[in-house]
Amino acid sequence: MAVFPRRRLAAVALAAATALLVTAGCGGGDEADGDGPVTLTVDVFGQFGYEQLYQQYMAAHPDVKIVERGTGTNLDEYSPKLTQWLAAGRGAGDVVAIEEGLMVEYKANPGNFVNLLDHGAADLKGNFLEWKWNAGLTADGKQLIGLGTDVGGIAICYRKDLFAKAGLPTERDAVSQLWPTWQDYIATGERFVAAKTGASFLDAATNTFNTILLQTAGNTNGYSYYDTSGNLVVDSNPAVRQAWDTTMDMIDSGLSGKYGSWSEEWVSAFKQSKFATIACPAWMTGVIEGNAGPAAKGKWDIAKVPGNGGNWGGSHLAVPKQSKHQAEAIELAKFLTSSKGQIGAFKAKGPLPSSPQALDDVAITGATNAYFSGAPVGTIFGTGAKSLKPVYMGPKNQAVRTEVENAVRTVELGQRNPEQGWTDAVTNAKKAAAK
Amino acid sequence: MTVQLDARPPVAPAPGSHRQSSGRLSRLDTRLSPYLYIAPFFLLFAVFGAYPLVYTFWVSLHDWDLLGTDHPFVGAENYTQLLADVDFWHAVVNTLGIFVISTVPQLLAALWLANLLNRGLRARTGWRMAVLVPNVTSTAAVAIVFGVLFGREFGMINWLLDLVGLDPIAWKSDRVASWVAISAMVDWRWTGYNALILLAAMQAIPRDLYEAAAIDGANRVRQFWSITVPLLKPTIIFCVIVATIGGLQLFTEPRLFHSGTNPIRGGPLRESQTVTMYMFENAFAPHYNFGYGSAVAWLLFALIAIVAAVNVLVLRRLGGGPGTKKGAAR
Repeated sequence: MAVFPRRRLAAVALAAATALLVTAGCGGGDEADGDGPVTLTVDVFGQFGYEQLYQQYMAAHPDVKIVERGTGTNLDEYSPKLTQWLAAGRGAGDVVAIEEGLMVEYKANPGNFVNLLDHGAADLKGNFLEWKWNAGLTADGKQLIGLGTDVGGIAICYRKDLFAKAGLPTERDAVSQLWPTWQDYIATGERFVAAKTGASFLDAATNTFNTILLQTAGNTNGYSYYDTSGNLVVDSNPAVRQAWDTTMDMIDSGLSGKYGSWSEEWVSAFKQSKFATIACPAWMTGVIEGNAGPAAKGKWDIAKVPGNGGNWGGSHLAVPKQSKHQAEAIELAKFLTSSKGQIGAFKAKGPLPSSPQALDDVAITGATNAYFSGAPVGTIFGTGAKSLKPVYMGPKNQAVRTEVENAVRTVELGQRNPEQGWTDAVTNAKKAAAK
Repeated sequence: MTVQLDARPPVAPAPGSHRQSSGRLSRLDTRLSPYLYIAPFFLLFAVFGAYPLVYTFWVSLHDWDLLGTDHPFVGAENYTQLLADVDFWHAVVNTLGIFVISTVPQLLAALWLANLLNRGLRARTGWRMAVLVPNVTSTAAVAIVFGVLFGREFGMINWLLDLVGLDPIAWKSDRVASWVAISAMVDWRWTGYNALILLAAMQAIPRDLYEAAAIDGANRVRQFWSITVPLLKPTIIFCVIVATIGGLQLFTEPRLFHSGTNPIRGGPLRESQTVTMYMFENAFAPHYNFGYGSAVAWLLFALIAIVAAVNVLVLRRLGGGPGTKKGAAR
């Protein structure tokens, strides 16, 4: 029994130390206003490619110090954390990145953010694609929450070596011609599967489903799960059903490797060359390079997406009201989202600019990606970007999308047949929207 | 601890009026000091335990969007909605299922381990420390490693199954299989800890009881069930209650067992989503419905109280006769 008090003491000490650490951790980004240099915290996720730009900005503004948090984190970890900081009224950075799916939720409570229109942002409108600018505006158009960073023009990334093994063409133009439509993509997939290379044709049905949905919606009525008046239309929007049916055909043809997207198995599957194609928004190129590693350099290439265009993802930079250095933070956000800033980010990590000036710049149009066999990424992703039609996202878009994609996954894994899956998708989506 | 608290300094009678005040002070000291000594715990508990508890209840009575500025009062609506929520009950069944699958073998194994460690082994301390090693590893690391071991395609367990000619098991998308995998994680971590607690209690059992039993002709098995287990009952109750609290709040293991998009669901059909995960899913991403999440937290609290009470009742009944009060209070 003599062990007990000592252990308890140790436990108390440990708990106290933890509590201290936690409180200290929460206190980050909260500094007293002084005359000395201002420290600006920037919160991002994934790969924004801002390192060089910070150096430039700090050189031009000696009174500003920039600290970045979150590069490499998953969006699924980042979004709840940012939301908690906003709800708690402290903890968020001075400049925060907001992904398009989360933006719609934040628009419902714009009071958490500085209205950039009050700080001269209106003059910048021409620096952004019109729909990207509008995506940062509240419904009444009176508050601008965020300035656009990147857009997610879509292509298909594929493995040349696996295509060669299956007796398919490997040159990107020839590959693009294999699949003018999604049905052709499925037919190509069937040929690939028949060749028994030991790899699947695509990574996960959910990724392809979301791509088809956003593309179809963009080309038709311009909305996916919610119509533009905010009604849930998951069961009545033909775009959703069309994307669903096409995806079911893919699953039925056995094209999917069933690697749940973003899971550890998915990452392993990249490394072990377990699938040949993946739906590839511009920002995905950085993800592929990170997951597949240097060993796969030059084995990947990029072809056109079946169907016509489409946009998946992209972010905005916003300044939370809780920031103690709003003026400086707004200046930094303007700099990072300027056409120069966007070109810098593209060069570093590949996110496609949302500024038409940047998209026309030779730095983008002439850009190639060595990892993807020198593919002209600037033209592949950039050409369609200016003609992209935006897809409206409703207030509970993220929760509804989660339900529908999980239903896709249950069919993919053979837990449900397509009809049961569809019923689940609709029922659960309605339930999620009501929460 | 009790012994120290009871050992009060003798109060000397103060004869002169001059010394009366110092006597009163010393009496005050005697009266209040014990409370002051334990105050830090209760202060910390009030700040980090009681206040959040009450506040959570207050939140659960509101329609509380995490980011919203208005939080309209809705009374018991969150609770009525929750009681009719199939996903909530699904999570309750998952939690209880994982709890039973993990705790029963865990305590039996701990008892067996403790019995082994109680014998005259070489390098006894080494063995005793060794069983605690899994407990000091980080839960997150354990969960991630097990998550990889139990992978569908690249996992080692399925590879081993394949070697002996069995079909691979979908550990992450089959309900019972995922319960078993998560239970394995929990047991790996906690069996040694419980074994040490039981061992400590075993060593307090007087040797002469065993000697007397041996003289009466009882073999080792009989001694174990007729002497060791009944005398360990208070400790077993303690272990069961602690395991109940931990088991019903299970979060890290099942959460990190799943990776990829929205792992908080615990699989596409919520195969291994526990109540705490369901609470998190509602209070934070993707629903940000703090009121509803708080209601889940309170029902979980009720659930733990009920299961703990049932456990104690069952255990007392099993041992025959009423359990000692002293043991239950530990």
